[in-house]
Amino acid sequence: MNTGQVINLEYELTALNFDVAGEASSKTKRVLQQIGVRTDVIRCIAISAYEAEMNVIIHSLGGIMRVVVFPDRTEITFEDRGPGIADINLAMQEGYSTAPDYVREMGFGAGMGLPNMARCADQFDIQSEVGVGTKVMMMIRH
Amino acid sequence: MDEYFHSVRLIKSRCKGCVSCTKRCPTEAIRIRGGKAHIIESRCIDCGECIRHCPRHAKTAVTDYLADLDQYKVNIALPAPTLYAQFSVDFSIETILHGLLELGFDEVFEVAQGAEIVSLMVKDCLNAKEVKRPAISPACPAVVRLIQVKFPELIDYLMQIDAPVELAAKLARAKYSQKYNIHADELGVWFITPCPAKMTACKQPLGREKSNITGAIAISQIYGSLLKVLPHVNEQANYNRASWVGIGWAVAGGETSAAQVENKLVVYGINHVSRLLEQVAMGNLDDIDYIETLACAGGCIGGPLTVENRFVAETRMKQRMQKLKDEYQVAGKSPLTDYHKDELGINERQAIEPRPLMLLDEDIFKAMDKVELIEKILESLPGLDCGSCGSPNCKALAEDIAQGRASETDCVFKLRERVRDLAQEMIDLTKKMPPPLEKELEELEKE
Repeated sequence: MNTGQVINLEYELTALNFDVAGEASSKTKRVLQQIGVRTDVIRCIAISAYEAEMNVIIHSLGGIMRVVVFPDRTEITFEDRGPGIADINLAMQEGYSTAPDYVREMGFGAGMGLPNMARCADQFDIQSEVGVGTKVMMMIRH
Repeated sequence: MDEYFHSVRLIKSRCKGCVSCTKRCPTEAIRIRGGKAHIIESRCIDCGECIRHCPRHAKTAVTDYLADLDQYKVNIALPAPTLYAQFSVDFSIETILHGLLELGFDEVFEVAQGAEIVSLMVKDCLNAKEVKRPAISPACPAVVRLIQVKFPELIDYLMQIDAPVELAAKLARAKYSQKYNIHADELGVWFITPCPAKMTACKQPLGREKSNITGAIAISQIYGSLLKVLPHVNEQANYNRASWVGIGWAVAGGETSAAQVENKLVVYGINHVSRLLEQVAMGNLDDIDYIETLACAGGCIGGPLTVENRFVAETRMKQRMQKLKDEYQVAGKSPLTDYHKDELGINERQAIEPRPLMLLDEDIFKAMDKVELIEKILESLPGLDCGSCGSPNCKALAEDIAQGRASETDCVFKLRERVRDLAQEMIDLTKKMPPPLEKELEELEKE
């Protein structure tokens, strides 16, 4: 038995590709179910991952989602290329959204994404550079 | 009885081992082994999809028989409202209820009456703000079991109330054990069911220690006998009848309109339900109040144990509802508006336990190993999802191999690859000679 054991998952996220939107989070959820992570923790991870995945698909030019599952925690990193976030503090406020109307019509862009993620995660970090992209990291204990 | 009771069974002699059922099963509960379909009991949710899709009618539902009534002193029929949709509207609901008495029941108690009370309870529960949103309807037992096995993280979203039939059984028991002054054991309470999932729910109740229902008899089983007696029913006994609100539950959307839920979703068809629950699991539908989820297309009228085409059934149901509405209007009556909490046995309810089927191993380290192993095996499989191996798709085969329940050569393509490699090796070997013969061979070649 190797206590340093991890499962690595990596998903390419394409901008505005709603055909597969949510699949990366769905697959991540499935793996967590397979290894028997507590259901309330799974729900928390699934919701945060989904919010972040949709953020990349809606707002960026594309990016990558990396998941590292440890026996005691899950770490998820989203790295995208795109406009970046000018004022992270503003973006972290509940209800603040820059989503265009057609996105809101799909039920997204309520401005709850980042605050929800931060609330769910045990560790949360966001870095962004305008015109380059955004990197979101979260760690959730099992 | 094993750990799980299942209504859905296989008639072995009819099964040809085709893969139709394995592919339709929403929980991937069927494997073909030894030329016959095998149902994995811990996975089966008794939705009846396999019954619907087996081309040889090898899947069946075990329900009770009218002959079983002999074991009880007094028998009560609890007809699902779907029963009314099986017959032309020329036969009134009273006629159908009376027809059941002719078949040997002593009393009838409409499940729709239970449905009316449940509608009020749903409404009250939603008004109580502490209920998690979106709340999920607990009425369809196949959906409840789908959540137990596939979406255990959503169990808390199931509304904690009984299904209409359970409530109807409870009320009927109380009413008639008093009327006949007999012990509960001498009373047979029989649900006339449109589906195997409800049959299973009698034997293995959801959220209760013991069901108030004695057993279930398939609509399809009594349809013929009922059809024969209906034209001769003259008596129009005056029953304590359910209103259109209750009988509307037979059709998808009936529950939520009865409970007057505005911000709702109505989803039917077990695979559609599964996809929608995935959305709920992603937190995507938190702004919805209530989801009416039904395993069968069109609602209970599309149940695998019904007889009439569901579109015909839907029209008839709507006609019957309209007729009842008109009758109520003429009589100046209105549907039920209140119920007595204490007669419903709410405190007898138990938590619905998850039955997660995704878990690969109790030991998280072993489970993690298996996740990686499955991924590796899956990459080596052709990905055609042909099902010839007996598992529903390549991914399921990869899981079966990792769990030691199948081998890689169960895949016909992998087997072919192996045979090809072996054949190549044989050809290579024919060119090799034992050393004493090598020289001879060289000379032979020279000649």
